[in-house]
Amino acid sequence: MAYPHAHPREVRLLSKYFGDEDAIGIEGWAERGGYVALEKALEMGPDEVTEVVKESGLRGRGGAGFPAGLKWSFMPKDGKRPNYLACNADESEPGTFKDREIMRWTPHQMIEGIIICSYAIRAQHAYIYIRGEMVDVVRVVNDAVVEAYRKGYLGENILGSGYDLELTVHLGAGAYIAGEETGLLSSLEGRRAEPKVKPPFPAQRGAFGMPTTVNNVETLAAVPHIVENGADWYRQWGTEKSPGTKLFSCCGHLQRPGNYEVSLDFNLKELVYDLCGGPPEGRQLRAVIPGGSSVPLMTVDEIDCDVSYEGIEAAGSLQGSGGLIAIDDSACLLRSIRKMVDFYAHESCGQCTNCREGTVWLANILRRIERGDGREEDLPLLLDVGANMAGRTICPLSDSAAVPVVSGIQKFEEEFVAHIKDGTCTAVR
Amino acid sequence: MNDEKKLLNVTIDGVELEVPAGTTILAAAERVGAVIPRYCYHPGLSAPAVCRMCLVEVEGAPKPLASCVQPVQDDMVVHTNTAQARKARRAAVEFLLMNHPLDCPICDAAGQCELQDYAFETGQLKTRYVEPKLVMGRDKVTPEIVYFADRCILCTRCVRFMDEIAKDPVLVVINRGQRGYIDTMTGELFENPFSINIVDVCPVGALVNEDFLFKARAWDLDQTASICPGCSQGCNVSLGTKEERIVRAKPRFNPEVNSYWMCDHGRKTVINWGAGARIEVPMARDGDELKPVDWPQALDALSEAIGNEPGRARAIVSAGASNESLFTLRRLMEELGSDGGVFRVPTGPEAELPGFPKLKLRRDRVPNAKGAELLGFQRSDAVFDSAQGHRGALFVLEDTLEGAPDGFGTNAELFVYIGTRLNPAARSADIVLPSTTFAEMAGTFTNFEGRVQRFEQALRGPGLARPWWLTGSALLERLGAGGRYRTAAEVFAALASEVSEYEGLNYEVLGLKGAGAPGSSAAATAG
Repeated sequence: MAYPHAHPREVRLLSKYFGDEDAIGIEGWAERGGYVALEKALEMGPDEVTEVVKESGLRGRGGAGFPAGLKWSFMPKDGKRPNYLACNADESEPGTFKDREIMRWTPHQMIEGIIICSYAIRAQHAYIYIRGEMVDVVRVVNDAVVEAYRKGYLGENILGSGYDLELTVHLGAGAYIAGEETGLLSSLEGRRAEPKVKPPFPAQRGAFGMPTTVNNVETLAAVPHIVENGADWYRQWGTEKSPGTKLFSCCGHLQRPGNYEVSLDFNLKELVYDLCGGPPEGRQLRAVIPGGSSVPLMTVDEIDCDVSYEGIEAAGSLQGSGGLIAIDDSACLLRSIRKMVDFYAHESCGQCTNCREGTVWLANILRRIERGDGREEDLPLLLDVGANMAGRTICPLSDSAAVPVVSGIQKFEEEFVAHIKDGTCTAVR
Repeated sequence: MNDEKKLLNVTIDGVELEVPAGTTILAAAERVGAVIPRYCYHPGLSAPAVCRMCLVEVEGAPKPLASCVQPVQDDMVVHTNTAQARKARRAAVEFLLMNHPLDCPICDAAGQCELQDYAFETGQLKTRYVEPKLVMGRDKVTPEIVYFADRCILCTRCVRFMDEIAKDPVLVVINRGQRGYIDTMTGELFENPFSINIVDVCPVGALVNEDFLFKARAWDLDQTASICPGCSQGCNVSLGTKEERIVRAKPRFNPEVNSYWMCDHGRKTVINWGAGARIEVPMARDGDELKPVDWPQALDALSEAIGNEPGRARAIVSAGASNESLFTLRRLMEELGSDGGVFRVPTGPEAELPGFPKLKLRRDRVPNAKGAELLGFQRSDAVFDSAQGHRGALFVLEDTLEGAPDGFGTNAELFVYIGTRLNPAARSADIVLPSTTFAEMAGTFTNFEGRVQRFEQALRGPGLARPWWLTGSALLERLGAGGRYRTAAEVFAALASEVSEYEGLNYEVLGLKGAGAPGSSAAATAG
């Protein structure tokens, strides 16, 4: 079965076996080179593994882009308290569906990464925190974990190395904020998925109060490739600051939506227009959100940049989770933004005042404007409420909710003005 | 770790100071008098840093930091009142008021509400929020505590009190985001012997005690430092009084006794103490009748009776009487030749506050059993036995005489009843002297562990009722048996010079936090 929309300009490192049903099981995975990296890693020392990942420049693929090897090196090595690894498979960022595909088609790619990472950070228990709604994926991952135990890749004395690791699959109960690392750990502990104040950072006090590393599925899935082939090999892709490849989940008004894995120096505009085929016939793109709904909207003029962390940032947005949402001229941008803010209002855990109240306030103002009852003072008000929400809370959900509104007003003011002044919309119906 | 003891330099609003490592910015700021507004932070609970009120500007930090959790770092420069910090605070108040019903005129917390205070302080007369408000209503969480969801700012102090201090984590935030509210997981009422502390920790009027609901405005209450008489723990309390009535008792911070907490039993005891018909005038026997007299007549009658040498004195005292009153009675009995006195102690089940184990609702449901013991009175389960058939002088000090046998005191040559209520058994007294409750006078109680604590007068006594130490001292002076004591402090000074356990103590040393608990020299724990 061919995976839909494979494109010759992709660099298919992690997504090579997407669509290949034979790659799901452990035998098929072994035939495709699986668990070779694990054997190699277990022959290296934990710090040596960390060093290779550090040198590779692999950055966190969950959204923040923190260097993975550096994160690992924060973990205590004294063995006084148990270390934990939590694999963040919550993938809750709107517009993002890459981890789902990694787990669905290549669960062992992730599990191998988890084992290697756990070994490097001296963890003897790892967790996969999966979004509970992804029922089919959970089945696949559960089966794969059982297979890995049977093969001796998990459990006691892995491959005769003397290293032990338990791996637990934990299902989330459906909260966006469980994808934030401290929120995930709270949820893993059986509490409400409420983010915690940092410091202490998870590497100091994480799951169950113990040092914990939280890494995204895609980050961990890249680890076996790096360990097997070396840091220099990985650095042949991407830029100096953003080495390697990245999966972009592209959705919205595109002719060929889907996951595309590209080198991190790939051009964003080409990703949208070439790989994804641009907007449907006869329409014009208006806005592109490159990294999930938490990052600033980009105008079509802004997207001629490379998809590296620094490239998109210089162009006025963020790479985020790589969840690319394209919006063409048939959509009411105000309504699109309002729906995003509604999502954040629904998902705010409600701990912090500014987020709990601000998200609803923004949504209510937008809804009123949409209804035709907008006032001129609403635009400065939206911006000020957004400013009062950003950088004032424990976790970045509050910032994320303000981002589409603030960037929307900054970049598409005419849309808001048309709604407020004339009660009309600039969308072409 | 040695790091904990390290001193760090910090500059707060231009004032340099040294604080131990681990001190939060908020705590350091309080040391230089900069009070940073806060809602979710409570000194007796953990700090979740969720209300976002205590944000301050720290030089070099990209965004304002929550001072309640942020530890001071060496050479940190903090500004608590810059434009950025004030804007952050204004924003938090504006957000909190968005859906707030602004029903201060009918809210129990008005006048003592932190939301009200900071709303005034940030000076936002008009809201920019013009959308419809969220209306959530109210419900009970315990049989006596009402939760007004609309007023709630979700600071979770109540949740954390039940979790961390009561160790009975019944309260949770139900739902999330703006739809969040406080309740038990099952929605059923909960009961806990320390439940009303959640009303105290609530910074707004969301959790209110039905016992106080709509009864008084906070600003109409006078506050008086006192001691809870509900058990031998001696929780420090503040009595809220209005129009000569106690309308509530709230815990007064004392780290040695009750921290910020007290039990529900104590609160009810305080309010009900001294309730009911009171003896308002002195009375002297005239034939078969007790006739009202004035104080000079009463003291004349009493000194005359004592001059007639009624014989040796016995007493039944209450362990709710102050040390000063008990000491005064002891002196009087010594004049006549004392046969000793007894007191009884009503008991009840003990209840511990696990998060602050020093505090228990003690089995002994009286405040001063230890004090009575130290003054030579004997604890007894059968107090009336000693009076039975006693032919000398019999004094009853503030025992209600409930359960006294028929004919109680009739054999005594002289039967003096000093108390607040005239139960049938007291009617056979020769002389009845009206005394005052703990709330109506100053005095001291000695708690279960020997800690001596002062209470202040909150109310006037009814009618001609006077503290017994005052009238007793006057009597002793007439009898030529000692100096005249005009204040409770003077009585206590005399007591301290006679009773070794109180050596070195006086009202100044005791202060309002008490002293003399075991393991600490009297002066060292004075507060």
